[in-house]
Amino acid sequence: MKFLRNQLDKVKHQFEKGGKLEKYFYAYEAMDTFLFAPNTTNEVKGSQIRDAIDLKRLMMTVIIAMVPCLLFGIYNVGHQHFLAIGDAGATLGQKIGVGLWQVLPIVVVSYAVGLGIEFVFAIIRKHPVNEGFLVTGMLIPLVMPPDIPLWQVGVATAFAVIIGKEAFGGTGMNVVNVALTARAFLYFAYPTDISGDVWTYLGDAQVVAGFSGATPLSVAGDASTNGNNVIAALNSFGTGWNEGVFTLQNMFLGFRPGSIGETSTLMCLIGGLILIATGTGSWKIIVSVFGGAYAMGLLLNLVGSTPYTQLPAYYHLVIGGLAFGAVFMATDPVTAAQTETGKWVYGLLIGMFTVLIRNFNPAYPEGIMLAILFMNVFAPLIDYVVVSANKKRRLQRATV
Amino acid sequence: MGKFIRLKKGFTINLKGKAAPKVVETDQPETFVIKPTDFFGLYMPKVVVNVGDTVKAGSPLFHDKKYENILFTAPVSGEVVEVKRGEKRKLLEIKILADKKVEFEVFKKYSVSEINNLGAAEIKDQLLQSGIWPSLVQRPFGVVADPATSPKAIHISAFDTHPLAPDYSILFKGQDQFFQVGVDVLKKLTSGIVHVNTHASSEISTVFSQVKSADVNKFSGPHPAGCVGVQIHHIDPINKGDVVWTINPLGVIQIGKLFLNGVYDTSRVVAVVGSEVKNPQYYKTYTGASVKKFIEGNLNQDHVRVISGNPLTGTSIGKDGHIGFFDHQVSVLPEGDYYEFLGWITPSAKKISFHRALGLLSFLSPASERVADTNTHGEPRAFVQTGVFEQVTPMDVLPTHLLKSILAEDIDEMEALGIYEVIEEDLALCEFVDVSKHKVQEILREGLDLVQQS
Repeated sequence: MKFLRNQLDKVKHQFEKGGKLEKYFYAYEAMDTFLFAPNTTNEVKGSQIRDAIDLKRLMMTVIIAMVPCLLFGIYNVGHQHFLAIGDAGATLGQKIGVGLWQVLPIVVVSYAVGLGIEFVFAIIRKHPVNEGFLVTGMLIPLVMPPDIPLWQVGVATAFAVIIGKEAFGGTGMNVVNVALTARAFLYFAYPTDISGDVWTYLGDAQVVAGFSGATPLSVAGDASTNGNNVIAALNSFGTGWNEGVFTLQNMFLGFRPGSIGETSTLMCLIGGLILIATGTGSWKIIVSVFGGAYAMGLLLNLVGSTPYTQLPAYYHLVIGGLAFGAVFMATDPVTAAQTETGKWVYGLLIGMFTVLIRNFNPAYPEGIMLAILFMNVFAPLIDYVVVSANKKRRLQRATV
Repeated sequence: MGKFIRLKKGFTINLKGKAAPKVVETDQPETFVIKPTDFFGLYMPKVVVNVGDTVKAGSPLFHDKKYENILFTAPVSGEVVEVKRGEKRKLLEIKILADKKVEFEVFKKYSVSEINNLGAAEIKDQLLQSGIWPSLVQRPFGVVADPATSPKAIHISAFDTHPLAPDYSILFKGQDQFFQVGVDVLKKLTSGIVHVNTHASSEISTVFSQVKSADVNKFSGPHPAGCVGVQIHHIDPINKGDVVWTINPLGVIQIGKLFLNGVYDTSRVVAVVGSEVKNPQYYKTYTGASVKKFIEGNLNQDHVRVISGNPLTGTSIGKDGHIGFFDHQVSVLPEGDYYEFLGWITPSAKKISFHRALGLLSFLSPASERVADTNTHGEPRAFVQTGVFEQVTPMDVLPTHLLKSILAEDIDEMEALGIYEVIEEDLALCEFVDVSKHKVQEILREGLDLVQQS
């Protein structure tokens, strides 16, 4: 390690003020601080000791929490591929192989484009490279359909980082969730490429007879429009080629088509547990998103008239991307409500809006993305109310 | 009647090198200093002594141009050997080469019954003349108390929860009578109550538990339960327009000695602590002592930082520095100017952390004492993580929003968010736990300055 440190120290002066490569200081710094925690010490006055945590470690914890979803996603992409082409005998290795072949390039493109832009902005704006993209770069692939063209991943990432984040001043300043911005960008810019049969990677292979690339949400929506029982429609879907794919249990486990990382509620919950146990994600938000969705489901059971509204409320918790959104998207501390009371309200409303959108907006079968983006925008308002209450308490105390 | 207040939020930083419960009397340090920088709210100190003058304990060294009647006096007798100034001739310290035996300026002595009949004006005069007055700290802002005001209450925190903090029952052992008289004197300066705030879970020294004419409150919970600002918030919070005074027990005892014995006696016990001190223990000395005698030959290694005060709010003073006016603790920690390969991700149970993020394992064994160095453990970043400051601030204050309002220099917002209720030490834990490594205490002081100037 000493050798590496010496090499870095040898070139360091070139990047420092007055050096030949002064312009690229922050690019150098990003590399240096990645390899070695810096030797900076605390100020003469003030806190002489500091907690061992830093933003890099915090972000890394979130990435670790996403690993179950990523690994399962890789497997599931392969699994769904072989089911769709009618090859039920494919081995685990083959499935993982196909999954890796499909998922890894998306991850690589997402990181390469995003980090590239981060470095460019860091150099131009003369600020340190922020670690926020380490998480965003992993979130983006996990919310992409497995069949997405790589150039679209690149364009969406670029849009999200530049317009979604850097335009606001970089990590910590953005208003809406960066990864969801990427997803929403694709949703609105290339609607045909992010709906229909994209949820299963097919490749050049011939699909099995009876194959349909529909998602459980669209199956549920269609059934409801036609006045059919939603659960029956979900349970009978996939007959002949992917038996029981949309049963409650199967959707909870995640062996179904969908975005790469979002299909398994179980894996999301494991990730959620990691976030909560390590204190990196707000348990209040996670719990309240689920709670809000469940409450709204119950409410619709009471007042609704369509078969969709009669869907048992717990279905909403495992169907679609609610779990992934609740655990990894809604908990983004920068774009969520920042007050503790606000977090409850914020999560609750995300859950409620998600189910509302699912039920009443046939144009958007999945509500979680829009619900979170919507609440991202409203989070400052929630905080404003909470902070005002704090100020009011102080004022009342003075006048009593 | 005292209150019992249970605090839940906070974090006690458990460091290695706590002082053994023994007070050592060694040769006294040669030099003592008074640093105007220890006091907030001064406009411009005016020095009234010259190098070469001899002074007694209690002889004036300087006063401020804003409050000419507040005298800052010599803690010991001896010869003024240096008037140190910094940039723009800013007065940094006045150094005294101490006599072998301390000689005192003579102030008026009173009997206990005479003290009971004293008026506020007489008391103030005596306090101002002797140099004890600057021990009185005014909230809001944590500045030297204004003699023209009368506070709504006076608060004395009778315990310290900072890392490596000394045990007050050792620091103030046997000072019961002086403390009582000090409280009696203070009582005459306020129309309200004198609060003595003690720690519920440890055995309370009789100095505090037996005190009369004051409310003895009890607090339980982790640091910052010992911070007087937190205590005030729960007993009788500061609102806009309120003035509250705080004073540490040492100041109270000095007041007692001043009125009973007629001297400004700054003798005190300080704890020399920290992982790098061979024999962490207590030493008897006077205010403003040079640390040299206490640490020479008493260190485990050479590459250390010597801190006047505790590791959370203290000041680095160097190996031949002097202890600050308000500090009763010298902490010696390893200097942290080293690189650590992949230090941002390697798991460690040694590094102390409030967090439980990946690889930070100190939460598994909170009872074991750890070594903390002065490394920043990361680089400054924008605010990202939320909700952490709130977990270490046992007050109905929103630290993140308050700090942001200071960064935005929005004075109305600062007032509304409660800047009157806090000073640096109350939010020092926020600086420690901050993922984004903000200089919380420095920012807060900027805010306090801004509000005062407005």
